[in-house]
Amino acid sequence: MLKHRIIPCVLLKDWQLTKSVKFKEFRTIGHPKVTSKIYNRRNVDELIVLDIDASGSDNSINYKTLSDIAKECFMPLTLGGGIKSLQDINSLLAIGADKVSINTIAIKNPDFIREASKKFGSQCIVVSIDVIEDSGMWKVYNKNLGILEEPELLEWAKRCEELGAGEILLTSVDRDGCESGYDTKLISLLAKELTIPIIANGGASTPEDAVQAVKSGADAVAAASIFHFTQYTPNNIKEALQEAGFAVRL
Amino acid sequence: MVSIIDYGMGNSASVKKAFDFLNIPCRITNKAQDIKTADKLLIPGVGSYGDAIQALHALELFELLKEEVLVNKKPILGICLGMQLMGCSSAESEGVSGFGFIDSTCQRFDIDLKVPHVGWNNAKIVNKDSRLFKNIPDNSDFYFVHSYHFGINTKEKSTTVKYGYDFASSFEKDNIFGVQFHPEKSQKYGLELLKNFGELQC
Repeated sequence: MLKHRIIPCVLLKDWQLTKSVKFKEFRTIGHPKVTSKIYNRRNVDELIVLDIDASGSDNSINYKTLSDIAKECFMPLTLGGGIKSLQDINSLLAIGADKVSINTIAIKNPDFIREASKKFGSQCIVVSIDVIEDSGMWKVYNKNLGILEEPELLEWAKRCEELGAGEILLTSVDRDGCESGYDTKLISLLAKELTIPIIANGGASTPEDAVQAVKSGADAVAAASIFHFTQYTPNNIKEALQEAGFAVRL
Repeated sequence: MVSIIDYGMGNSASVKKAFDFLNIPCRITNKAQDIKTADKLLIPGVGSYGDAIQALHALELFELLKEEVLVNKKPILGICLGMQLMGCSSAESEGVSGFGFIDSTCQRFDIDLKVPHVGWNNAKIVNKDSRLFKNIPDNSDFYFVHSYHFGINTKEKSTTVKYGYDFASSFEKDNIFGVQFHPEKSQKYGLELLKNFGELQC
């Protein structure tokens, strides 16, 4: 039986791994190589690293540091941030990524999702959707483009699936780093409409939050603050999920 | 020395990294000499069946590998597509002949679930004497990414996995070993399996 996954999701900024709060404040959580090694030892199911220095700027992707991270990972690794071409994806896979996460380029050129999934297989392409609440509505947010009036959230998520996205990394900007629990209504809204897996991200503070996210339809839960600023470990989350009747890898 | 066959279709670097971690000497190569002098061989694989066989022929490695494995009895491990190549053929590329190390063919998942089968899934050990799964608990999880598989009737199977139905997720036959999952991405038990292969005395 396939397992629900627990995935640390961290940001590469200024050569350090960091964790953001509402995409704004950044707190360093550790040295890229050392932190990745610890995640590997803690038996996480996957690791997502987003190079936010490269995202939305002319900076090139920090292959050197991402490659150092990949060397420590004996589990699936998703890399993203600043992907602008199929060649960028090729280069990330060559240094040891199993999947890539795309965001800005997908919004600017949705057909890139189709091209990328055709070339590398949809299992390789994760589309990251950041969501913010604005005037009582959920809207697609992009760090570089701001709050978007178009496309509408649900329409965008469905389009990503149609174009060949293998998974959606769904991040609530309002919950990011706030340790206030996942936005379960948001998760369930998308889970009802999509057939591809949803990785819920933003807000985890207790193992019970993860249980609620999976109950709402998340296939996997991503988190960072909980692993660094609380007493909980990835295994605590897995144990809570198992107790709630969900299959996990312990 | 393990020679990891580089035919342009594998995630060779990830496999090498795992052997490096285990302190098992290895090299990524497509040179005939490196294959002849290696103690063991490994065929990684990501991509399509037909392209892989064609690439091995183009590099003039296909017959050489067959000879090293069948005549010289060199231990060999096939990973994912590398395992599938060890059968006779695959529904993915009709009319293309594989190595034929085992009398089995690959079929596509015929299920209502999503294909490819991607993620962590537990392998049931059906060959209790398996050398590859030594010290690995029954039903340990491994990481899978594939659309084709060997059927449950594969005689030499070591483990089975259920995704819609049961299929053969690994096999071993004398000096020939294959795993459908990615041990290099399967953390502790994946590393344990590669260590078992590295320490094999055949």
